[in-house]
Amino acid sequence: MKEPHLDVQPELVERLLVRFLRSETGKFGFQKALLGLSGGIDSAVSAALCVRAFGPENVLGVMMPYRTSDPASEGDARLVAESLGIPTRLVDISAMADGYLEAEGVEERMRRGNVMARCRMIVLYDLSVEWSGLVIGTSNKTEALLGYSTQFGDAASALNPVGDLYKHQIRQLARHLELPAAVIDKPPSADLFVGQTDEDELGFTYEEADRLLYLLVDERYDVDQLVAAGFERDFVLEIVRRIAGNQYKRLPPIIAKLSSRTINHDFRYLRSWGR
Amino acid sequence: MAPSRIRLAQIEPTLGNLDANLALHLAAIDEATAEGLDALFFPELSLTGYFLKDQTPEVALARDAELLDALRERSRDMTLGVGFVERARDGRLYNAYGIFEDGELLHVHQKVHLVTYGMFEESRDMAAGEQFVVAESRLGRIGVMICEDLWHASSSWLYFLGGVEIFVVPSAGPARGVSAEEEGLGSTRTWRTLLAGSAILNQSWSLYVNRVGCEDGVTFGGGSCAFAPSGHAHGEIDGLGTGVLDLEVDVAETARARLKTPLRRDEKPWLVQRELQRIVEEPC
Repeated sequence: MKEPHLDVQPELVERLLVRFLRSETGKFGFQKALLGLSGGIDSAVSAALCVRAFGPENVLGVMMPYRTSDPASEGDARLVAESLGIPTRLVDISAMADGYLEAEGVEERMRRGNVMARCRMIVLYDLSVEWSGLVIGTSNKTEALLGYSTQFGDAASALNPVGDLYKHQIRQLARHLELPAAVIDKPPSADLFVGQTDEDELGFTYEEADRLLYLLVDERYDVDQLVAAGFERDFVLEIVRRIAGNQYKRLPPIIAKLSSRTINHDFRYLRSWGR
Repeated sequence: MAPSRIRLAQIEPTLGNLDANLALHLAAIDEATAEGLDALFFPELSLTGYFLKDQTPEVALARDAELLDALRERSRDMTLGVGFVERARDGRLYNAYGIFEDGELLHVHQKVHLVTYGMFEESRDMAAGEQFVVAESRLGRIGVMICEDLWHASSSWLYFLGGVEIFVVPSAGPARGVSAEEEGLGSTRTWRTLLAGSAILNQSWSLYVNRVGCEDGVTFGGGSCAFAPSGHAHGEIDGLGTGVLDLEVDVAETARARLKTPLRRDEKPWLVQRELQRIVEEPC
């Protein structure tokens, strides 16, 4: 099998992403950032990049456990915050989420998980006003392509420094940024219920997915070429189906075109408009 | 002709803000004038920013636009190269680069090879230029290639036949390629290879002036640099920040290079014309 070269130059990536964070916040008049600290590797990497861009005192790590969250996650989040020297805020979302979940009797795991993710989004966007900072995203390229995220939940942010990095590259960057080993080495989990891991839920490992995604998306291999490169056809087709099926999560809502000039169809401006 | 002291200004324009960008230009020009430089070149679309989309017509300028007067005025003592969106009389918009000299807009190159693939959509908003005309400047004979123009070998070769001595390559090139298989940015490496190659193949100075900054997540790669007709590097701005690169350009080096290796003398444009005719007429 052709071995995809997923490794990046971490120093160069760090320089580019720090510059990106400073530039894209500064032009909107912000010099501060906040983000949800889950205790996982993605938010730890985002936080470490923010610290390098804005200084530790200007980065707020928000921990938002639900009553069924693994207490070890909060511990890992604190470990990350301590290693980076950033202030933290603890907001227990149990009452907020249960106000809806219990009242409406929502029991399905996925629905409950989505509600928790969206509660965290509400907290972050509200605190962004108090903190006078922008909400920084933590979704990596692998999970965004696979659709392993909640629309308007953990996928919501003003800026995302890690959205063009595969999980493999996130791990590499995490080691370069000298994040705690406990956070780098633990199995990735959305921590929506006890014992959950991403790879169990997805049915394949991130390393397998990353190799395939890199060839498919970055190198533009087609299905037959991927099979010729050594991937199982069913696995390739499953990934392709997932990517296409989750495209809606990666785009803004669709607007029905009526007029001669419609937002996002033919009214085209960058966010950086005039800035 | 005495050697010229030329400055490449790696700046960070603001998207669609003509006034802010003009002020940025004037400050850089005044500084260069005070230091006695002969020329100052800015990047592609330096007056407007790059990903303009629907802002393109809003920032377009006719060649006689009042906003350009300050540049005309400051070009009395120094040659200036500035990127802008040109509004032609027939209303077409061009990705243009103006050479200002002796108080006038001496020359305008309209980008021929607009980029419309991947993240780029220039052809959606702008018309393509159709000429590679050498500008007769105080500095020497200048051929402007705006960014993608350089990637088409025919651009530099046509200038070569037209007697070019100095290529000016303004760019808004994104920073791309972070693979550990190589060292440094992939995009910067590729540009340097292309620029050195163009310098050698066409025995001309090759000056690359790229911009920096971010526009909605795209970081521009900087790395402005210069190559002599021999292909030897004559400095670079290493990094993604703003900065300047000053160098002395002696056009006599192009003549000496062509004496040692008479590539221009041995070109066969009539053969190329004949072969092109054959290729164009052949079914694909």
